[in-house]
Amino acid sequence: MPVITIDDKEIEVASGATVMDAARELGIYIPHFCYHKKLSIAANCRMCLVEVEKAAKPLPACATPVTDGMVVRSHSDKAVQAQKGVMEFLLINHPLDCPICDQGGECMLQDIAMGYGGVASRYVEPKRVVKEKDLGPLVATDMTRCIHCSRCVRFGQEIAGIMELGMPGRGEFTEVMPFLQHQVNSELSGNVIDLCPVGALTSKPFRYNARPWELSRRKAVSPHDGLGSNLALHVKDGRVLRATPVENEAINECWLSDRDRYSYQALNSDERLLQPMVKDGGHWVEIDWHKALVQAAGSLKVIRETHGAEAIGFLASPHQTVEELYLFQKLARALGCENVDFRIDRSDFSGQPAGVPWLGMPVAELNNLDRVLLVGSSVRKEQPLVAGRLRQAVKAGAELNVVHVADDDLLCRVANKLIAKPSGLVNALAQVAKALQEAGAAIAEAPDVAVGAEARALAASLMSGAKKAVLLGQLAQLHPHAAELHALAQAIAKATGATLGVLAASANSVGAGLVDCLPGPDGLHAAGMFTQPRKAYVILGAEPDLGAGDTAAAHQALESAELVIALSPFKTRSMDYAHVMLPIAAFAETAGSFVSMEGRLQSFRAAVPPQGEARPAWKVLRVLGNQFGLDGFDQDTAEQVLAEALPDGEAGLKARLGNEMSGVTVSHLAAAEGMERLGDTPIYQLDLYTRRAPALQATEDGLAGHAAAACGSLIARLGLATDKPVKVRQNGAETIMKLIRDDSLPDNVVRVPGSLPAAVMFGTRFGPISLEKM
Amino acid sequence: MSATYTGTKVCLWTLDHADPASLETYVANGGYSALKKILAEKTPAEQIIEQVKISALRGRGGAGFPTGLKWSFMPRNYQGDKYVVCNTDEGEPGTFKDRDIVEYNPHQLIEGMIIAGYTLGAKAGYNYIHGEIFELYESWEKALEEARAAGYLGKNICGSGWDYDLHAHHGYGAYVCGEETALLESLEGKKGQPRFKPPFPASYGLYGKPTTINNTETLASIPWIMRHGGQAFLELGKPNNGGTKIFSISGHVNKPGNYEIPLGTPFADLLEMAGGVRNGHKLKAVIPGGSSAPVLPAEIMMDCTLDFDAIAKAGSMLGSGAVIVMDETTCMVKALERLSYFYFEESCGQCTPCREGTGWMYRVVHRIEHGEGRPEDLDLLMDVGRNISGRTICALGDAAVGPVHSFIKHFRQEFEHHIAHKRCMVGA
Repeated sequence: MPVITIDDKEIEVASGATVMDAARELGIYIPHFCYHKKLSIAANCRMCLVEVEKAAKPLPACATPVTDGMVVRSHSDKAVQAQKGVMEFLLINHPLDCPICDQGGECMLQDIAMGYGGVASRYVEPKRVVKEKDLGPLVATDMTRCIHCSRCVRFGQEIAGIMELGMPGRGEFTEVMPFLQHQVNSELSGNVIDLCPVGALTSKPFRYNARPWELSRRKAVSPHDGLGSNLALHVKDGRVLRATPVENEAINECWLSDRDRYSYQALNSDERLLQPMVKDGGHWVEIDWHKALVQAAGSLKVIRETHGAEAIGFLASPHQTVEELYLFQKLARALGCENVDFRIDRSDFSGQPAGVPWLGMPVAELNNLDRVLLVGSSVRKEQPLVAGRLRQAVKAGAELNVVHVADDDLLCRVANKLIAKPSGLVNALAQVAKALQEAGAAIAEAPDVAVGAEARALAASLMSGAKKAVLLGQLAQLHPHAAELHALAQAIAKATGATLGVLAASANSVGAGLVDCLPGPDGLHAAGMFTQPRKAYVILGAEPDLGAGDTAAAHQALESAELVIALSPFKTRSMDYAHVMLPIAAFAETAGSFVSMEGRLQSFRAAVPPQGEARPAWKVLRVLGNQFGLDGFDQDTAEQVLAEALPDGEAGLKARLGNEMSGVTVSHLAAAEGMERLGDTPIYQLDLYTRRAPALQATEDGLAGHAAAACGSLIARLGLATDKPVKVRQNGAETIMKLIRDDSLPDNVVRVPGSLPAAVMFGTRFGPISLEKM
Repeated sequence: MSATYTGTKVCLWTLDHADPASLETYVANGGYSALKKILAEKTPAEQIIEQVKISALRGRGGAGFPTGLKWSFMPRNYQGDKYVVCNTDEGEPGTFKDRDIVEYNPHQLIEGMIIAGYTLGAKAGYNYIHGEIFELYESWEKALEEARAAGYLGKNICGSGWDYDLHAHHGYGAYVCGEETALLESLEGKKGQPRFKPPFPASYGLYGKPTTINNTETLASIPWIMRHGGQAFLELGKPNNGGTKIFSISGHVNKPGNYEIPLGTPFADLLEMAGGVRNGHKLKAVIPGGSSAPVLPAEIMMDCTLDFDAIAKAGSMLGSGAVIVMDETTCMVKALERLSYFYFEESCGQCTPCREGTGWMYRVVHRIEHGEGRPEDLDLLMDVGRNISGRTICALGDAAVGPVHSFIKHFRQEFEHHIAHKRCMVGA
């Protein structure tokens, strides 16, 4: 291994390492702009020029490989002269508008110019002006400030997987721009803001809201998908004004999905519930906390006494914290009610894994897989950064295989794919099992299905390679035959030596399972609570009429209940059916913990105080327990609740994770005839927060979450027009929606997202549907 | 030497024949015999490279790098595809020689590229032709068809069992694509921007595979070397500067054009061949090797021979052999303004010093030319040039600085006059 001396400090580095790598290891700072540890080397800014002994010219540290005995000086006169020369060039056309630039105060160019820039410019000619670009609702541009480091372009190509920004033009007229007036639509696009070393790309929603030095950074954990990305929430005057990533190599590396980055907008939404409210004679009136709690507990007592505790249903969102979900189920059980569930979006509750479903491995291991089978997962939209890791694995040679209901563009090479209608998904996966059996794999029992060539190719892929995983996505979990998909995936994983993993769709799906926010042996699961309507419901942070497996049943059950107590940060939707609304703290406003898909327990503190009269839900639940005079509701801190909820901590909870499922018979092998609905959960409809983040809703993905979609051939066959309203009918309900074309969908599939207010009465997320001309 | 050169020509000899570009003319005069001999005798690659080394053939594209040495950099035992690329992206102002080879002697280039492919173990060869000479792209394609039909290209060449083919690619006229790694990027269908080196093309070239890139004239010289031996080629020129070289002489001469003459010929002889300075004017300055080469005043140039070493010793470069002649009526400020504009226009914009510096230099020279110069401008120009030179990804930055520094060095008083009097001293 070569030894290099930089600024008189010696270090041995791995062969192939660059001078920059060595300098970073030594803790020597070499100024740079285009270099970024996660991106390819461009060596175009030239800021990192250093003096290398025996080299005639200064060399860029980022691109110069270390050779044994190399002697480098990063701060010698020769090096500094070169660096200053580059800095002068960077500044001649850069507008000196720092006072009105959003990047001011956190700008690499500004910082480095302090060290290497001149006091006055020798450039007296007019400066370059670059026409503004519209990159959509998330990223603001000021392209005149661009220093052409190409980080944003490389990010698109290398990390996001899609080159949404390019650098056309030549010389001084080189410009970063999107292609053909397109906007930037990648679900990871906001990362270019962090990457941009100047104020060319900044956050549009945050623009002109605050100066970086006015903000305090508070650590948080993303409340959306099950990855548990680490965030910094930037706070001013008790409000969260933006979110940026906190680097964690094991989880989100240095990236954030747009969902994690912009959902904070919902915290400051007009829809916030700021005061406890009760419905009085058909009107909502604000009351104080004490009265609200007395009324809530009193009404619930009446139901319990009149109809028994089993007449109550307890429904919680898996985006709530461990502490909240623990106390929620504790309250239910203390009241004698076993009707508790967080799996509001599921349709199939038939199979239960022995443990709490989880990824089956650390998230970081995804990058090292050789073979992957993704089952029922729109992974780019479900867990954007998991998609990013799989993309890196593919780049490193992994074969990614897909069995799914839509031919999503995963922005990387897909080795084999079986795309089927939702009702044909079990058949498709069964084909893979059967193909494995035919190929001689030790698979216990493979359903007898006709095997296609794609399934054979896919099976062959899974039979090779060393590190393998079969991953069940969100759609596989929502599917009406989720247990059969799980059982097949499990058999395939066993036969191929792969790890079976469940991609947690929500921030705390795993935690909710660990604290047993699930029905007891005699209790009803979420769907049962709707199909056998309860007299009363207690709802924690959820909107069941949007997210349920059968939204119509949920809607009807809630509408007809005698009592609905909603604990929510938002008043909208709950107002339609609730009788008591208790304002709870939103995600950044309470201390708590999430358990991520890899079984990582992450606790966090409140970044801001709750808005209005809102209180952390765990406190509300605790006081509700007191109202009933129950024992065990006397915790003073979130830490105490956590200690009670997960007494064995992170180390102990791992033992309770497990995906093994038994006793499932695979029988739904025939796909249905005719058109059917695909009611998935769009990326920006996942939870209460994303639904209320205006910037996310304005993106292409956000808008698509409100439309019906079908493939071009189906649209043509039905004589329908794209981008026009169409009549959609399901289960006797009909509504008018915009129809968009999406050729990733198989024939006879109409995507009408679950969680669509207009489609609540459609009922089930899957099943027969029709489209009619207006 | 007389006003015409009648000795051996390596590349443009077909012009002495009626149908210079035809396969018949080429074959009738010994064409493809070197290839056939190599294939028949299965000449080892080492022997071919040895002959090229002996010949002292130096890269004709501008850098003058010894071709045999470059060929020896190709990994011999590499398992996988390798490529040969011919650089006909002739864009250096003043240079117009490669186009004549493609137009008048395409088969010698084809034979050269085949021998190169055989020697270097390449799978295929590409000829990247400058975008502004599209008609040559078509005529070259036609020549390739002839060669294929005659069994010199494609499967089982000349019955040897060896497969190899050549393809044409035309650029869109970007000067920077003449830089070998930008050329490769462009050939791969990407934006033509130079790559950072190392790795060099010999290890990471076209599509990431080992690749040798040579200039058109270089490759076209190979068949002659193989036919007559490296020693004979060397003896055409002078030690360390083997062979004849095509000089594209332009500017203020009576007979501008391409002259293929031995390396080491005195400049004065070339000037005489080109009919001398026009209108009986006095010679003022010469750019001896294309616009990137530093300008030399007449008195230095008239004592110079035309070969790599002599021109380098005189403080410039033989470059591509584009000799730009300027007589006493030339305003050096205006000439530099035009040259600086070229580099400003052609900078690819990838790396900072060149992207920002070429425009800056042009604007300052432009200002001086238009009577708005300032006394400090000349020092500024020298300093900006120093900040570009040697700090860029490719040599375009240095090429842009070469004229600025040399014009000011040799003709400073003209610039000072412009600044002081806001007008030109030439013809005043």
